[in-house]
Amino acid sequence: MPNIANPTAFLAFVRRALPWLWAATAALFALGLWLALFVAPPDYQQGETARIMYLHVPAAWMAMFIYGVMAIAALGTLVWRHPLADAAQKAAAPLGAGFTFVCLTTGSLWGKPMWGTYWVWDARLTSVLVLFILYLGLIALWRAIDDPGRAARAAAILTLVGSVNIPIIKFSVDWWNTLHQPASVFRLGGPTIAPSLLWPLLIMALAFTLLFVALHLMAIRNEILRRRIARLTMVAAARGDSFAPTLTASVHP
Amino acid sequence: MMAAPHIGFVIAAYAIAAVVLVGMVIAVVADYRTQQKALRRLEGGREGSAGP
Repeated sequence: MPNIANPTAFLAFVRRALPWLWAATAALFALGLWLALFVAPPDYQQGETARIMYLHVPAAWMAMFIYGVMAIAALGTLVWRHPLADAAQKAAAPLGAGFTFVCLTTGSLWGKPMWGTYWVWDARLTSVLVLFILYLGLIALWRAIDDPGRAARAAAILTLVGSVNIPIIKFSVDWWNTLHQPASVFRLGGPTIAPSLLWPLLIMALAFTLLFVALHLMAIRNEILRRRIARLTMVAAARGDSFAPTLTASVHP
Repeated sequence: MMAAPHIGFVIAAYAIAAVVLVGMVIAVVADYRTQQKALRRLEGGREGSAGP
């Protein structure tokens, strides 16, 4: 394992790891979708509508997992001053927003036929919406502050403050009387879901996880390149090279 | 499965998820190409201006 704290070593690691990661992600998605759509039986109460679960539940897990990754990266920025921590945190936020959006929309599309409504201000749904807004707020914060060091520290503090929402999401179905069903996989006493439905769900969850890991590594690589370009642009501008000003437009996201 | 009630909701959920997930892949790959292009241009310019 190379020292991936070094950006150059990290880029080499990503170049080697990505083909394997993409191959594993594609294989797991193919297997997971085949099991979810054609092999898993319909739910005895919800019928075919329960197939939305194979997207909704992994997306919900990823929404929380990615925020956990960002919280660890925030600690890396503030406490350990890891050279890639803020890049990892910045790169994860749009991915977290994407997975949370999938969670909210698929949940809404599942809710309409099962609950009779697309949305209800239930504790679980509302706390996931707060998570989505947190992701958007973090993306906006990164873009609003020009100095990357200050932006990283501000985003790290906001991320850590916002992490209080994660246990609220997880336990909202236990703490409050909600329309959303309680946990049926990660719970004391084991899963309550039938194995014929559980296996496709776990495989789809693994596919979602690998997709995030691949995209996150690529997005961190983009961030490293963006910073390298910014540095080179400043050097070129200081020397008065004619091409430097035209590049500044592509440096900022 | 196609004749099942509420199948439109299932299809819509899979379609939206596909659009968002594929969209994230395209966005990340496009960003990589933009950064690589800018880096090549900058490094080319630096080499070009590295004369005496």
